[in-house]
Amino acid sequence: METSVTLANLEEHVDKRAPLVLGRETFSSVTDIVARPMEMATPKAWWILFLISLAGCGVLGAAIAYLFWEGVGVWGLNNRVGWAWDITNFVFWVGIGHAGTLISAILFLFRQKWRTSINRAAEAMTIFAVICALIFPGIHVGRVWVAYWLFPIPNQMVMWPNFRSPLLWDVFAVSTYFTVSTLFWFVGLIPDLATFRDRSKGVRKFVYGLFALGWRGSHRHWLNYERAYLILAALSTPLVLSVHTIVSFDFATSQLPGWHATIFPPYFVAGAIFSGFAMVINLMVICRWVFKLEHLVTMRHFENMAKIILLTGSLVGYAYAMEFFIAWYSGNPYERYIFISRATGPYAWAYWTMITCNVIIPQLFWVRKIRTNLWALFIISIFVNIGMWFERFVIIVTSLHRTFLPSSWAYFQPTFVDIATFIGSFGLFFTLFLLFVRFLPIVAIAEVKTVMPEADPHGHDTKAGAH
Amino acid sequence: MSQKQNLYGVLAEFPTASAIYHACEKVRDKGFKNWDAHTPFPVHGLEKAMGLKPSKVPWIVLVLGLSGASGGMLLQWWINTQAYPLVISGKPLFSWQAFVPVTFELGVLLGAFGAVFGMLFINRLPMWYHSLFRSQRFEKVTDDKFFISIEACDPKFDPTATSKMLTELGATHVELVEQ
Repeated sequence: METSVTLANLEEHVDKRAPLVLGRETFSSVTDIVARPMEMATPKAWWILFLISLAGCGVLGAAIAYLFWEGVGVWGLNNRVGWAWDITNFVFWVGIGHAGTLISAILFLFRQKWRTSINRAAEAMTIFAVICALIFPGIHVGRVWVAYWLFPIPNQMVMWPNFRSPLLWDVFAVSTYFTVSTLFWFVGLIPDLATFRDRSKGVRKFVYGLFALGWRGSHRHWLNYERAYLILAALSTPLVLSVHTIVSFDFATSQLPGWHATIFPPYFVAGAIFSGFAMVINLMVICRWVFKLEHLVTMRHFENMAKIILLTGSLVGYAYAMEFFIAWYSGNPYERYIFISRATGPYAWAYWTMITCNVIIPQLFWVRKIRTNLWALFIISIFVNIGMWFERFVIIVTSLHRTFLPSSWAYFQPTFVDIATFIGSFGLFFTLFLLFVRFLPIVAIAEVKTVMPEADPHGHDTKAGAH
Repeated sequence: MSQKQNLYGVLAEFPTASAIYHACEKVRDKGFKNWDAHTPFPVHGLEKAMGLKPSKVPWIVLVLGLSGASGGMLLQWWINTQAYPLVISGKPLFSWQAFVPVTFELGVLLGAFGAVFGMLFINRLPMWYHSLFRSQRFEKVTDDKFFISIEACDPKFDPTATSKMLTELGATHVELVEQ
């Protein structure tokens, strides 16, 4: 029963496109499906998950408060390793935040219509992941009360930031990315908020109505709306590629062995998409099951995402190999040493965890049975995210802990504050995501309707009486 | 006459995307000016059936995007050569290559502002009150129904004749909406 529904659109036909909405849904029933989480009584499971996540937020707040009170000495940083979990977590969360805009912008430009069922949740994930990411560079600066020095704001010292530093580029890239992603998400939400406004009563109607801005489905509006959406997609495409490129510049423009590599920008972007799609799969498998979205988020959607994970995972594997090759080919002894040390030194366990999770396990997606099995998708995606966290850890810590002066070599170990901050960031992420699934349309209602056959104004008149 | 003064116009409901597409073609051909189609999703090509001109949003984006980029470069030039000239790694004060990333980001940022706020400005949104919201049936416009509204201020508008015309075009329900 389950398989006959979920597998119904996996086959390719020469003469017609595979349907993206299954099960004889009508426009009205699509609206009902998406509105259900907002209209249903709050499930107990939601409350349990929400309270756990909220507790995670508390852990984050406590860890940050302790850090502010005591200073960055409470982290496991030492004289050699000045960046560790803080920057690892930053790059990890920013990376996850790449899939949303990739789905909403790049797949939109390539007319990949399957994006419509998953783009809303993926964009929400992006925004929440970037919020988590922004915390870490914010709190690692040491004297947080002067964190505004990051921005070119006139100050009493008449000093300005160094615009030749990739760290400053990062400030602009990530904050622009956050702003543009939020705008993109909000623009997409306007028509769906209007749908929720028209379905609800009382306070809810007022609040949804407030944010729906008085949307009335006017085609004179749709014309400008669609053009604005297309332009946002066109602007976001180079933006999303630039963000992780600039994040990689934080490392690549330094002269540290293991960091100073021209392959970093494409390698980081591929890794970001890889981890972001894994997180989308994790979240969508659960949302689809809890909110019964089987007809909108179909197995074809998951299979497509698994294919992207396979592609980007292989690109990442290629980049790992190429880094090693260049370390040998460059003839630079420091470069060579750091790579041999990565695979065989004190952090070899982290390196091989990364290789296993990122290069070996995703290769299972060559098998269609695995690509279309929800359990397999869910578990492999978790491995991908573990692997991608370790990738950043390996890059940052192994390069730092052994450099030119052997007398200063040191081994980094996290303290409980490092661990609590990281776990707490997951609490924040899931708190925001749970609020999103409860109160906002998790599927782009208006967009899904456009990919249904009834939406074509030419030639489906016969279906008029069907609903 | 007094009835026409506090009348917003006429609202006609259509069941399908193709029904409203063909009805729009007819309304356009009859020469109406102050009218609109309302749909739950953008019906492909409806702007042609309505005879609408292309959107002006791209021009706003172009102007704002270029000012963002040039403003970004100008800011960095001013800071590095005028406000705080400091030689860093022996490079020229105005080493523009290093300023490209921030220039790009600011261009994208202001371009995106242009796209979103330009779209809202042209659409005159937010507008929380509109006469059409008086209609109960109009709530279905964000679900599965399609509407054409013709305003009373249109020179060709006549409450009885226009309603009759819309019924003939295949409307399943026609009503007059007050201001």
